[in-house]
Amino acid sequence: MSISRRKFLGWLTAAGLSSSTFGKVAHAATTKHFEGHPKSLGVLYDNTSCIGCRTCEAACNKVNDLPLPDRPFDDLAVLDNKRRTDPKKYMVINKYDNSVNAQTPLFARTGCNHCLEPACASSCFVRAYTKTESGAVTYDESVCVGCRYCMLACPFNIPTFEYDSALTPRIRKCTMCYDNRLVKSELPGCIEACPTESFTFGKRTDLLKIGRERIRRYPGRYLDHIYGENEMGGTSWLYLSGVPFRKIGMREDLGIIPAPQFTSSALAAVPMVVGTWPLLLMGIYAVSRRKDKIAKEEKEQALAEVIAQAKAEADQKVSEAWKKAAQEKEKAIEAAVKKALEAAADTETEENS
Amino acid sequence: MSQEATTTEKSLISPFNIIAGIIVLIGLYLTVRRFTGGLGAVTNLSDNNAWGIWIGFDLLTGVALAAGGYVTAGAVYIFGLKKYHSAVRPAVLTGFLGYALVVLALHYDVGRPWRLPYPFVVQQGTSSVLFEVGACVALYLTVLFLEFSPAALEWLGLKKARNLAVKFTLILVVFGIILSTLHQSSLGALFLIAPSKLHPLWYSSFIPVYFFVSSIIAGLSMVIFESTLSHRFFADKMDEAHLREKDDIALGFGKAASYVIAGYIAIQLMGIGADNEWQLLGTTYGLWYLLEIFGFFGVACLGFAIGAREKNVKLIRWTSAWAVLGVIVNRFNVSLVAFNYHLPSSERYFPSWMEIAVSVFLVTLGLIAFRFIVSRMPILYEHPEYEDLP
Repeated sequence: MSISRRKFLGWLTAAGLSSSTFGKVAHAATTKHFEGHPKSLGVLYDNTSCIGCRTCEAACNKVNDLPLPDRPFDDLAVLDNKRRTDPKKYMVINKYDNSVNAQTPLFARTGCNHCLEPACASSCFVRAYTKTESGAVTYDESVCVGCRYCMLACPFNIPTFEYDSALTPRIRKCTMCYDNRLVKSELPGCIEACPTESFTFGKRTDLLKIGRERIRRYPGRYLDHIYGENEMGGTSWLYLSGVPFRKIGMREDLGIIPAPQFTSSALAAVPMVVGTWPLLLMGIYAVSRRKDKIAKEEKEQALAEVIAQAKAEADQKVSEAWKKAAQEKEKAIEAAVKKALEAAADTETEENS
Repeated sequence: MSQEATTTEKSLISPFNIIAGIIVLIGLYLTVRRFTGGLGAVTNLSDNNAWGIWIGFDLLTGVALAAGGYVTAGAVYIFGLKKYHSAVRPAVLTGFLGYALVVLALHYDVGRPWRLPYPFVVQQGTSSVLFEVGACVALYLTVLFLEFSPAALEWLGLKKARNLAVKFTLILVVFGIILSTLHQSSLGALFLIAPSKLHPLWYSSFIPVYFFVSSIIAGLSMVIFESTLSHRFFADKMDEAHLREKDDIALGFGKAASYVIAGYIAIQLMGIGADNEWQLLGTTYGLWYLLEIFGFFGVACLGFAIGAREKNVKLIRWTSAWAVLGVIVNRFNVSLVAFNYHLPSSERYFPSWMEIAVSVFLVTLGLIAFRFIVSRMPILYEHPEYEDLP
């Protein structure tokens, strides 16, 4: 047999025989907190040193073999419009006004943050996404159905879809260059290219230390917040900024709960419904059946009583009729006897006379 | 009336056929365009708005409005309300066609429809709510097919197969209610994962419960609404039992719907209270929310109550349409109007005419199939050879 154990277990799950799998991927309300795979990698992006040169965008485009954009990467006028990721760009640098000093605009990178517990991976019904132990969230186009639930689920609006592909549309997103570089111990394209070292690549735990150290040493330069340390349960990409993150297009209202927890209790209810509903429904069915049965019995009993009563009445009538008939008969006999006696007496008198 | 219907039957050139024919031609053209040019060629979907009306209307609303099947079967076979028996077959047929169309619509919406079985046969993403939805919809479509099969088998004259199919009625009804509970609620649970994108008035951890309870409202109302239409267009197909029971069904289901809607409004308000979002009711979204809850559901609750109390069947019939509209508005709000509420209007979604046309095309296919089946199979009457229930 060529069925692997993994595949076999998968079938069991599909057949609903192994509901315990629900608990393995997404934890219901528990005290468990996943802090990322040990030694997993990440990137610290320091926007205070980013100059918006788009070199990282160009490198990303090159190492991922993406189609060239209409306007070249050294055309910085592109930055005047706010952009988002799309199938042709896995990351973008956007420009924001600096309220303190209008001369020096602010820049911020938008791209996959490689969540510790990714919404995309949790929401995918065919497990096309994997949070690898390296920290990168990868995507497997060979199983993707194209339902786009990951795009709806992602709190950062990162996955993009090839809407123009008729038959083989794929989700496109940053994979931290996992397949093309990371596995070969090469740095992701954007990080290697950055001329100002705005990106620091390393173990996430180390990056958090570096970030905290920078904040400690330059309190005037940084906000006391590392974006991604706790957002959505923590991300492998971490951000330092001198201005509130909402001012550089990043949401501050996402909270610290990892995405899988939002749906885990709803999914945990599935086995409960499957277990209790048959009891409840068959219980109601039994009650309604019994109600019908009792109603039928009562009806039958009432009917029997009516019949019995009618019978008794009829019997009485019959017996009365019999009695009457018997009386009448007796009377008739008496009368007949009397008549006969009278007749006999008459004959006797006639004979005697 | 009955004569009119017979002539429509016989002549191919009737208003219904002409309009349906045009819609089907447009639909076929758009189908070709969808599968040669991709989703981008026919839809206004974008990377920010991944789901449009093919999900918001065809899937979410379609499934809710097809809830009449499990609601009616449950009322008759589980709760023992046998006087509504004549409503079962039309409701099961509507449910079956509804779900079949939902699955067909998904073939337009997903990127690679031939991979739809992948979640079950290749890799199982059991942490996804969508996995649960997919599994339950697939199983429930099968259940509805089996529940519907006696009518088809009677029509085909396969007595033995029909009698066998009838034996499974109770187990199918129980199975159908379990599956419906699960997927009706998980269609709402799909949105649980995106609290940062759905407006707080619509986002609630109770959203699966809201979707389940409102599916009962949709189911009860659709049975009344559909029976109204059937009586108008297929009166000649109805037997005495149907004609006699239809007012009883409207009154009974209307009364039940009134109670369920009252409960629904109560739990909606409890949800607002639980998340303490009263202050949001004063905003524009708040007014729209209040319109949904009171303008649609509140009015429907009152209409059903008055109709049931005064035995006003006409009022109940109109109210059922209003309640159905309320459920549609709710599903649109959750999936489209209140979703991505934080984005600037230039990045929001509005369907293209082609998306709307495909949805209309699919509904038309449903109507054509319904008409075909009702004109031939024992749906609105009992087959004289099989009066032994169900």
